[in-house]
Amino acid sequence: MLLRNLPRRASRILALALAAVTLSAVSSLTVADDGRGFEVAARSDRSDRGFQDSEVELQMILRNAAGQETTRTLRISTLEVPDESVGDKSLVVFDSPRDIDGTALLSHAKILDPDDQWLYLPALKRVKRISSANKSGPFVGSEFAFEDFTSLELNKYEYKYIGEEVVDGVTMDVVERTPLYENSGYTRQVSWIDQDIFQIRKVEFYDRKGDLLKVLHLEDYREYLDGVWRTHTMKMVNAQTGKSTDLIYGEYKFQQGLDDNDFVKGVLKNLR
Amino acid sequence: MPGSLTAVDAFASSLAEWVIRRRWLVLAAVLASVVAMGSGGRFLDFANNYRVFFSSENPELVAFESFQKTYTKNDNILIVLQPADGKVFSPHIAEAVERVTDEAWQIPFSIRVDSLSNFQHTWAVEDDLIVEDLIQNGGSLSQTELDRIMAVALAEPLLKDNLIAADAETTGINVVLQYPEESLTEVPTAVAKARAIADGIRADYPELKVALTGVSMLNNSFAEGGVQDLMLLVPLMYVVLLVMMIVMLRSFSATLATLLVIMFSTISAMGAGGFMGIELTPISLTAPTIILTLAIADSVHILISMREAVRQGMEKRAAIVEAMRINFLAVTITSVTTIVGFLSLNLSDSPPFWHLGNITAVGIAFAWLYSIVFLPAMMSLLPYQAKPAADGDDGRSAGIMAQIADFVIARYRMLLVSTGIVAVGLTAMIPTISLNDEWTKYFDHRVEFRRDADFALENLGGLYPIEFSMTAADAGGVSDPEFLSHLESFTAWLRQQPEVTHVYSLSDIMKRLNRNMHGDDDSYYRTPGDRELAAQYLLLYELSLPYGLDLNDRINIDKSATRVTATLGDVSTVATRAFLDRADTWLRGNVPDYMWISPTGPTVMFSFIAKRNIESMLRGNATAILLIALIMIFALRDVRLGLLSLVPNAMPIAMTFGVWAILVGLVGMAAATVTATSLGIIVDNTVHLLTKYQRGLREKGLDTPDAIRYAFRTVGTAVAANAVILALGFAVLALSTFKINAEMGLLTAMAVVIALIVDFFFLPALLMLGHSLKKGKTHAVTQSAPAR
Repeated sequence: MLLRNLPRRASRILALALAAVTLSAVSSLTVADDGRGFEVAARSDRSDRGFQDSEVELQMILRNAAGQETTRTLRISTLEVPDESVGDKSLVVFDSPRDIDGTALLSHAKILDPDDQWLYLPALKRVKRISSANKSGPFVGSEFAFEDFTSLELNKYEYKYIGEEVVDGVTMDVVERTPLYENSGYTRQVSWIDQDIFQIRKVEFYDRKGDLLKVLHLEDYREYLDGVWRTHTMKMVNAQTGKSTDLIYGEYKFQQGLDDNDFVKGVLKNLR
Repeated sequence: MPGSLTAVDAFASSLAEWVIRRRWLVLAAVLASVVAMGSGGRFLDFANNYRVFFSSENPELVAFESFQKTYTKNDNILIVLQPADGKVFSPHIAEAVERVTDEAWQIPFSIRVDSLSNFQHTWAVEDDLIVEDLIQNGGSLSQTELDRIMAVALAEPLLKDNLIAADAETTGINVVLQYPEESLTEVPTAVAKARAIADGIRADYPELKVALTGVSMLNNSFAEGGVQDLMLLVPLMYVVLLVMMIVMLRSFSATLATLLVIMFSTISAMGAGGFMGIELTPISLTAPTIILTLAIADSVHILISMREAVRQGMEKRAAIVEAMRINFLAVTITSVTTIVGFLSLNLSDSPPFWHLGNITAVGIAFAWLYSIVFLPAMMSLLPYQAKPAADGDDGRSAGIMAQIADFVIARYRMLLVSTGIVAVGLTAMIPTISLNDEWTKYFDHRVEFRRDADFALENLGGLYPIEFSMTAADAGGVSDPEFLSHLESFTAWLRQQPEVTHVYSLSDIMKRLNRNMHGDDDSYYRTPGDRELAAQYLLLYELSLPYGLDLNDRINIDKSATRVTATLGDVSTVATRAFLDRADTWLRGNVPDYMWISPTGPTVMFSFIAKRNIESMLRGNATAILLIALIMIFALRDVRLGLLSLVPNAMPIAMTFGVWAILVGLVGMAAATVTATSLGIIVDNTVHLLTKYQRGLREKGLDTPDAIRYAFRTVGTAVAANAVILALGFAVLALSTFKINAEMGLLTAMAVVIALIVDFFFLPALLMLGHSLKKGKTHAVTQSAPAR
């Protein structure tokens, strides 16, 4: 995408990129964050405040380095928790492949502690709590970790403003975020947030040794309620293994009247 | 015909005269050519990937590449730790394991780290599945807790004999790396970091022995071992050759001129290698050593003739022209046959041999060129003196040559029969040779990688992984009860095999999960009997795994196949191939046809590399033999003699392998290529003997016995000297740290020595036989040309 605007903007972008690299390299020593990074992230996160709850169906398309594909379908319901010191609640129900049809994952996001998660196994007709401190692994074999595609919790990260960058004619703020919680698979993430509708357009994930691990592109943003935007295509490419995963979202339904009672262990058995 | 011989002679004389007349121009042109060619050297770089041994069409490589695209690449570094007191499960060592695990994530290009400490231990508490690191804060654990962890580790099939030795005295941390493969600095960078980690641990835990092995260490050793070799072999080679030249040429000027010829040839050839974009391997790195050995021959022949001429009273310049005249044809033919032999390496299946062949061929071409232009020009400038002909060593060696000639002429029937019997006997031994290419043993003990690999093999477990991508019937089929039970029985079968030290299989994970889901009840330690249940267990387990420890490298994306890794211990590739055959037979006899898969991986690739190379080189050898026969026919202008020359040329190679079969019995991929190259080399002596023999018949009008005596007298000493140089030169290669080179050197040296014996005692006997047969005919059929 950067390349499409060559050569007019090339020098400017290059300069910015260089500045960004230089900044990120030296900033920990010299630049005390002035809070702008947090502001940009918060503006983005808070732009969809008040959506209350949502339901959406999505397709997950997995691709390996040989180009072979496989598809999973799932539904996600989300309940907004207005208090920013507590995470949102979500419920993921798998529809396909057949073997895991009806399997449901209930998640209560936490800020600095491991999320609470329960999985309902229809074949066993039992709910199992996932007691792992570290759930940063790939979600159902995809290139996404659970935290990569569920709602972003503002306070899980520390932010640093890196600069502005023009991509495809859109001016973006570039913000680096560093996970505050233990056991994250990432050392840092760099996100590009546009200045029109304040949505995240691209995220780069860096691994424990500081190398680029994955690149996420968020496309096809659509506005639902006033100011509530949702991406409908998320493309994650693993820069190290060449594998990739696309998430293709259907139409969102908002304000379906869901409440806390729809996000408790007990409901898991009756979802199919 | 004599006519064309004189035409070549006349050309050689006028070339020599022209070169001497324009010597400053010639010297300047040669220097310019060396500088121009040598400048290509800046493009040379070291390959550091074992895959360079396989051509892109190699079927085993193609299969493995496709396997790696489905799962992940499995280049690795294995860090092996062994405490002096043999107690891995002590707080201090547990702490060290955790530290190495942590630091290993910092190794560039690492994508996964597996160790005792980060092993994802699962167990059940009521309805919860607990998944956590096996060792956390090991330094603060009590011995009781560590003993409990030891029991878990030793009972875990994924760990025992893999990351923890059965005696719990040695442990390993396995780092999986995924290189972008964009730059040759990637592997050394990763290795440097791994070594820094090892050094840090050695400093802080002096009681720990730390060894580094794995595919990346192997790859790195190709460059490091190659350089180590070069530093040892090339200087040694120069010393050997310098001594030989001083002994044979008895002249400072001649030695200096020859030294310059071989240096210039080597520099030009390596530069040409750079222009060809060759990535150096230990195999192609033998090119300088081989060029040195071969390049010297042309100059030595010319200079020995020159000395003879001077001794017989010729003035220096005239002696140079005469030496050029009588050697030009032979030197040209021997260069061409050697070039043909080395170029035929291009038909090998292994690119490093292409590179070796091409660099050496260019080197020999330049050695020829510099010998016929630079050498005469240089010698005409340098002072030169030779003692007038008198009885000295040369008189002695000429006497020995005359004695050999007389002996062969007198006893030719006996020699034919006895040499024939020995040759047939040795050839019959060849089928007893077995092929072996264990890649850790490509390096000898002077190379750190070999010592570390041996240590790991002895103390921790196998090093040779064989990958089976077990395919299920359909998408999601890895959870199918039928598939899982077959997978389990295959896993069990693999574990019974004596070659196998460890098996990593999904069936073990499924059994463990099934037990966990039933409150850790041991009676449920079996594969789940319900497909959906198994799929959902797997989903639950996957959701519990941390970054970098997932199952994506074990199960393909649509869950229709899973990878079983069987690790073999210290076994030869012969045993490996036998094991692969048994595995294939077992699969066909015991599981449904969708599970009949072919194993893959570097071990499989190396198991077949010698076979592939021999198959591909059969064509190469046939081509080389055919071309060399044609060249001989053309050179000797005699179809019968040309074809006859194939016998003393092919025989020594067959005999060499026969001797090898008796003395050693095992050979690696070098075997395939030795035939073509040594044929090109040993044919030279036949050329020299036969051309002189013909000169005797045609120019001097001698009969066969006298022509044989003439050939021995004129060129016998030079042929023997040349064989000694070649044998010593290739024997130097036997000192290589790299086994393929050492075998190639030894085999070629042996072939050269045997060829000398055959050329001296069998070839003249063969000519005598032809002579006596013809004499018989002449009596019957009146008259025939004395020598056509």
